[in-house]
Amino acid sequence: MSLGEGKQHLELAQPPKAVVKRGASALVRLPVRLEDGYHVNSDTPEDEYLIPLRLRWEPGPLVAAKILYPQPHVETLGFSKKPMAVFSGEFEIVTRFEADPKAPAGPGILGGKLRYQACNGTTCFMPKTIDISLAYEIQ
Amino acid sequence: MSRPLLAIALACLLSSACSLPTGRSSIKAESERKAAPNFSLKDSGGKTVQLSDYRGKVVLLNFWATWCGPCKMEIPWFIDFERELKDQGFAVIGVSMDDEGWQAVRPFVSEEGINYRVLLANDSIGELYGGIDSLPTTFVIDREGRVAAVHIGLVSKSRYANDLKQLLENNPAHRAGTRNSGGPAVVAGRG
Repeated sequence: MSLGEGKQHLELAQPPKAVVKRGASALVRLPVRLEDGYHVNSDTPEDEYLIPLRLRWEPGPLVAAKILYPQPHVETLGFSKKPMAVFSGEFEIVTRFEADPKAPAGPGILGGKLRYQACNGTTCFMPKTIDISLAYEIQ
Repeated sequence: MSRPLLAIALACLLSSACSLPTGRSSIKAESERKAAPNFSLKDSGGKTVQLSDYRGKVVLLNFWATWCGPCKMEIPWFIDFERELKDQGFAVIGVSMDDEGWQAVRPFVSEEGINYRVLLANDSIGELYGGIDSLPTTFVIDREGRVAAVHIGLVSKSRYANDLKQLLENNPAHRAGTRNSGGPAVVAGRG
């Protein structure tokens, strides 16, 4: 759908390089910062119509075994009759990657996508997806 | 110019507020109104609907989505307006911007008891209306098919009620003196 491009209202810092031994796992922290006054729905919003925050990684020699989102704030916003589970300010999404025991050693880049939908107190913005590149090295 | 007056003058330059004939309405002067772009979209029954079908009516054209919290707050107001004002030449049109299409929209319309026409956006309507980047975005359109007010984000029900009251009073039949009451009944805005 062709919609206005608009601002993103959410910034990602470059995650640090993931160094993982074959057959082992490592945690990678993805720092997220939302513009003041804005929030995104949590990964588990209360309302089925709301668009959750969702991090996905492409398949590769590093496998995202678990994605850990922070504890959301539960707030009753001006436009909501019931409390909503949201993220705002600065937070991290942590991924536990596992390297296949037979994965080839060496460096690589793993792609990912973060999908979110941001609102402020009166307005919601179109859902957006940010591409992520994670540098890694399998030892 | 004193500082408060300068601030007011600046606010006037940056908004349409200074063209308001009434205190709490957002309606632009007729000379400032531009034609609302015509469109052709499908409703849930597959029927093609064009904005030009509504010429002669005051239209509240609301861009919304099922995932938009502020939009959900406004919907009951629009249901009231549709019910109370449709006999006075008024209609609400909701244009859903949901990417998931009718699969998401149809159950929502049913759950919310929406009594006005809902259409599904296509690729071009957002650009046609200036690039809809945020929701809700609502265009208040006069009987001649011109944009009389634009509201971006959640505004109060009373703001809409005042806009509609002003536009509905501007009725050719009313001007000709054929109306015999004190004006159209507009749903009281408490929001």
